[in-house]
Amino acid sequence: MKIEQTVQTTPQAALEITDLGVAYESTWVLDHIDLTVKQGEFIGIIGPNGAGKSTLLKTLAGLIRPSRGEIRFPAARGRRHPVGYVPQRFDLDPDLPLRARDLVGLGLDGHRWGFAWPNAQRGRKIEQALAQVDLTGFADHPAGKLSGGQLQRVLIAQALVSDPELLLLDEPLSSLDLASAQTVVDVVHRVSQNLGVTVLLVTHDMNPLLPVMDRLIYVVNGQAVIGTVDQVVQKDVLDKLYGYDVEVLRLHGRILVVGDETASGDAAGFEHR
Amino acid sequence: MFPPGLFTLQFMQNAWIAGTAIAIIGGIVGFFVVLRGATFVAHAVPRASFAGAAGAAVVGQSSVLGLGTFAVLSALGIASISRERRHGVATALILAAALGLGDLFLTIGHVYAPAVFALLFGQIVGISTHDVRAVLIVSVITVVLFAAAFRPLLLQSVSPHVAEAHGFWTRGLEILFLLLVSGAAAAMVPVVGALLAFSLMVGPAAAGSILGKSPLQALAWSVAFGVLSLWLSVWLAYLTFWPIGFYVSGFCLLFYFAARLIKR
Ligand SMILES: Nc1ncnc2c1ncn2[C@@H]1O[C@H](COP(=O)(O)OP(=O)(O)O)[C@@H](O)[C@H]1O
Ligand SMILES: [Mg+2]
Repeated sequence: MKIEQTVQTTPQAALEITDLGVAYESTWVLDHIDLTVKQGEFIGIIGPNGAGKSTLLKTLAGLIRPSRGEIRFPAARGRRHPVGYVPQRFDLDPDLPLRARDLVGLGLDGHRWGFAWPNAQRGRKIEQALAQVDLTGFADHPAGKLSGGQLQRVLIAQALVSDPELLLLDEPLSSLDLASAQTVVDVVHRVSQNLGVTVLLVTHDMNPLLPVMDRLIYVVNGQAVIGTVDQVVQKDVLDKLYGYDVEVLRLHGRILVVGDETASGDAAGFEHR
Repeated sequence: MFPPGLFTLQFMQNAWIAGTAIAIIGGIVGFFVVLRGATFVAHAVPRASFAGAAGAAVVGQSSVLGLGTFAVLSALGIASISRERRHGVATALILAAALGLGDLFLTIGHVYAPAVFALLFGQIVGISTHDVRAVLIVSVITVVLFAAAFRPLLLQSVSPHVAEAHGFWTRGLEILFLLLVSGAAAAMVPVVGALLAFSLMVGPAAAGSILGKSPLQALAWSVAFGVLSLWLSVWLAYLTFWPIGFYVSGFCLLFYFAARLIKR
């Protein structure tokens, strides 16, 4: 399916990163990152805890200024907000006077001054965004009382409603049960197919993404490589990235990366179950 | 029920007008106080502004001017030394410094004791027409600022990452919020007193946020509870000669409990 697309039109780059470096105070958290993502690609971002995945996403979302290098969104053509971003760990007070539609509406025009008076066109856009994440009928649900998976999808709708070129999702699957995680993956996959949105999704377990992702970015210790699963999840590639011996196991269509320093249990794709 | 003079005496008319104005701004500013969990700030700024009124007495200026100046200064002080959205330590330090200054002003200024008492506990029956004008001006400024900043402040309160991605200066929005609190404080202190002003910035908004399903609904409930608390308090204070602050804080708590019970 993806191949057909490539044949019809050569997709433009959605994202070009050249020699990106990000430092907090004096420690470099990301260094010498070079990669290009094509329009409409579904990219998984994988790596152990503290590797720099969230930092990479925040930098792309414009929340952190790169210390070095350049980030470009060639396909966005001067649009002011080419990126929709959902942060890691986001929860809401259950008593908030806020409905799902209010949260999505803030993604549409929350940055404007004054009040948002309800109007039909605004309401339609919000409902459309909720429909895209399979939450038709949830518009008036209290935002603080949504389940973890529902809240993730509302936040994705909040990011989508501003019609972004790229969707950046930081660990949207963590703390979700398997079924909810699968729903989120399906929703994001469909969104990327139907709307042509380029997706970068961070996860510590790559397995749920294997059927849907086009390529992955593997981040370890502030270094990153990009490629297909077969190109990147290889012993020689990962040994070099980790800087020590790891094992790549393929079992029943699942991939496990087992390092010898995984006492923390944080190796990417490491099976906790 | 309605003793003579309740609506006709000049000072009672002043009380109704100024009271309604502060109830409205308490309700709207309180919406963000509750949403952002900033009740300590709402408690501290009116008390810190008390020192300004004492200072104004020393230099022979109007107390509302002194209140406003110190309310804004304490808000800016809190904003300048607090880290991210955690105001606790900064607020405590600024409040202590302001109260120390207030102590000094009272000592060197030989401020007349009943005047101090009125600033601490409010004096609904003593509001001059001049004070009413000052309260109304501060209230209008606060309402305009609130209306303008409503959406960005809401966005920052519930989706800070989106506000940041749009390039909003986080601390700038924080300062805007603190300025709203100081506007409310400056208007409230002459009427309900420095010690109890914050009850109007917390109780009605907390009750409103429980009952309201959307931000605008919560805001409407919050203003309704604030105005109702204040009207009942003015009436009862006139009837019983008990202090208005007693009634205001009591009704604020009562409405909060009522909202909790209804929502159950
Ligand atoms: N605000 C910050 N200040 C200083 N160091 C930070 C900050 N945020 C993250 N770090 C550090 O940067 C590294 C990468 O963090 P992060 O991007 O959150 O990793 P990941 O999302 O892959 O787990 C970690 O070592 C972390 O401790
Ligand atoms: Mg992270």
